[in-house]
Amino acid sequence: MFKWISYFILLFFICISCSNESVNEYVPTPSPLEIPPFFQDNILAPVIPTNNPQTVEGIALGKKLFFDPILSADNTQACADCHAPENAFSDADRFSDGIDGFFGNRNSMPLFNLAWNYDEKFFWDGRSFGIEHQAFQPVIDPLEMHNTWVQVEQKLQQHIEYPNLFEQAFGTSTIDSTLVTKAIAQFERTLISSNSKFDKHLLNEATLTPEELNGFNIFMDETKGDCFHCHGSDKNPLWTDNMFHNNGLDATFTDLGLGKITGDPADNGKFKSPSLRNLAFTAPYMHDGRFATLDDVISHYSEGLQNSPTIDPLMKKVAQGGVQLSAQDKADLKTFLLSLSDFEFINNPAFSNQ
Amino acid sequence: MRNIFPILVFSFITLLSCGSDNDDEVSQANVTFNFDHNWDASPVTNSNFNTIQYTNANGEELSITKLRYLISNITFQKSDGETFVLDGYNLVDVTNNTNLSFTPTTTIPTGTYSKVLFTFGFNNDANYNNNYPDLNSATWNVPSILGGGYHYMQLEGKFIDNTTTETGYAYHAIRALDNSGATQEFQDTFFEVDLGEVTITHNATFEIDMNIAEWFKNPNTWDLNVLNNMLMPNFNAQVMMSQNGQNVFSLNTVNQ
Ligand code: HEC
Ligand code: HEC
Repeated sequence: MFKWISYFILLFFICISCSNESVNEYVPTPSPLEIPPFFQDNILAPVIPTNNPQTVEGIALGKKLFFDPILSADNTQACADCHAPENAFSDADRFSDGIDGFFGNRNSMPLFNLAWNYDEKFFWDGRSFGIEHQAFQPVIDPLEMHNTWVQVEQKLQQHIEYPNLFEQAFGTSTIDSTLVTKAIAQFERTLISSNSKFDKHLLNEATLTPEELNGFNIFMDETKGDCFHCHGSDKNPLWTDNMFHNNGLDATFTDLGLGKITGDPADNGKFKSPSLRNLAFTAPYMHDGRFATLDDVISHYSEGLQNSPTIDPLMKKVAQGGVQLSAQDKADLKTFLLSLSDFEFINNPAFSNQ
Repeated sequence: MRNIFPILVFSFITLLSCGSDNDDEVSQANVTFNFDHNWDASPVTNSNFNTIQYTNANGEELSITKLRYLISNITFQKSDGETFVLDGYNLVDVTNNTNLSFTPTTTIPTGTYSKVLFTFGFNNDANYNNNYPDLNSATWNVPSILGGGYHYMQLEGKFIDNTTTETGYAYHAIRALDNSGATQEFQDTFFEVDLGEVTITHNATFEIDMNIAEWFKNPNTWDLNVLNNMLMPNFNAQVMMSQNGQNVFSLNTVNQ
């Protein structure tokens, strides 16, 4: 009897030890996001879906797809055409033209620090939830790449390299749209910008000029710029709240923004606050790219505000057009804003097409 | 092998028996704090936001577009002075309907407490001697030129001003700072809310009411025409907010 039990126990342990040794299952190489120490110390961890962990192979594949016009119907347009590295992954044109030469009515958005958009609402109007989900849209948008996912899947499947790259990234050479968007999202999450002059100032590695410092104080001063309530601060290195506001651009709206998505008139004219990082590279500004320069933006906040029912209560002295910054304050505010630009980010070889 | 088996069985039983022998301890209760909001008894949720429908003590009609505030330092105090301070703080966000309910991780012994207290905002130690990534991520900071630390409350909306124009207001509560003189003068504006005597028998849920109208009422009748924006650097406005805040919170019920 005891002998039998002993055998059973032995067998049991052997079985247990077996199941852990899945020798054949392929696992891509983990590549956790390198979180900048200042982000680590000051803000919550980035959002990374458990079903799409960052891997070396996944990121490399995502990068290749991001720069590859194969995703568009006529092989002429890549994501990078409207999201160029030298523009902090935005488009220097006010409106981007799609493959058919049509223009949308929104300015392309820069892409960085997307994993820290905690509410995961993407686009100017927040209509897309999650980075993976967002990546489904441009491929089939008639004003952009105007393709179908079936076609994309077929083209990638017949390509000489892609099946193998998907095998390496996801353990299967059968390509589908979900895997395409997962790979692109992995690459997009690596687009981290944290090395502007202002970042270095916070780490005591750079010294701001008196003008930049004064500009920062205007930004933080409730009686002057009062920008920090929506656009981050020295404690929030994202330089955006990723929330939706009407910052007083128009008295009536041609583009309802968030209101079109929620159906709530109280949301009309609200758009996502953009990050103020990398403004040196992301002109023109606002959801419709209406301002060509930062001077135009600052003048808007200073004396150009338009009243409307949904204008944010933080937009003050609307009747006078704004807080009327002096010429010197405007100039200093601008130099501060530009100190948030990260030249290492736009020159990072890991992010460029090579 | 033959010897090992009985030993295994024995140790298994021994282990099992370890699990459940805390019968002689005083029982512990979880406490939950629910935050409900009203305007002079008419309930307010975010579905009532964005429409001008309230009238404050000074007679201005107004709407609410944003309301969030911080509570911290929940304390249960026995009549003999023994206190239990529960860990954590809570950023109640009425706008987004989040954190309206807060259950601290720490439990308290059942029994009678002569006082149940919480702090509106942060006391100075909590405000200045800590860095809170969740609050930073929620852009809840106060600029260092205004003393640093964190907001206590952001109440925003629109009101009809004395030129019948719809105008924004941003009633933001922080620690009062007077920057006008040669030296910075601070005054504490966080305050303790005492919910009174409570006997805890089981896990308990406190229903706490905030009457938003009180922020504009008593003892200072708030004139939004004068005090609508740029209130953070306004020392007197901050002191007045703190005074009006004293009557804002009340305990509705405790369910257990
Ligand atoms: C024809 C130009 C164009 C192409 C091609 C394009 N985009 Fe965009 N992208 C835009 C515009 C314009 C917006 C803003 C649209 C809006 O808000 O309605 C945008 C927004 C985004 C956003 C939202 C960013 C945020 O912070 O909310 C992401 C992410 C993005 N694009 C990724 C991609 C990816 C990935 C591809 C390729 C699969 C791609 N884009 C292709 C023009 C383009
Ligand atoms: C109430 C919140 C709020 C405040 C306060 C605020 N902004 Fe904005 N900001 C926004 C929103 C929302 C947008 C996008 C609006 C749109 O495109 O419709 C924006 C856009 C911008 C842009 C354009 C960025 C781009 O990439 O297109 C800049 C620059 C900017 N703001 C700077 C500032 C400055 C400087 C201040 C202070 C003087 C300030 N903002 C105050 C919400 C705010």
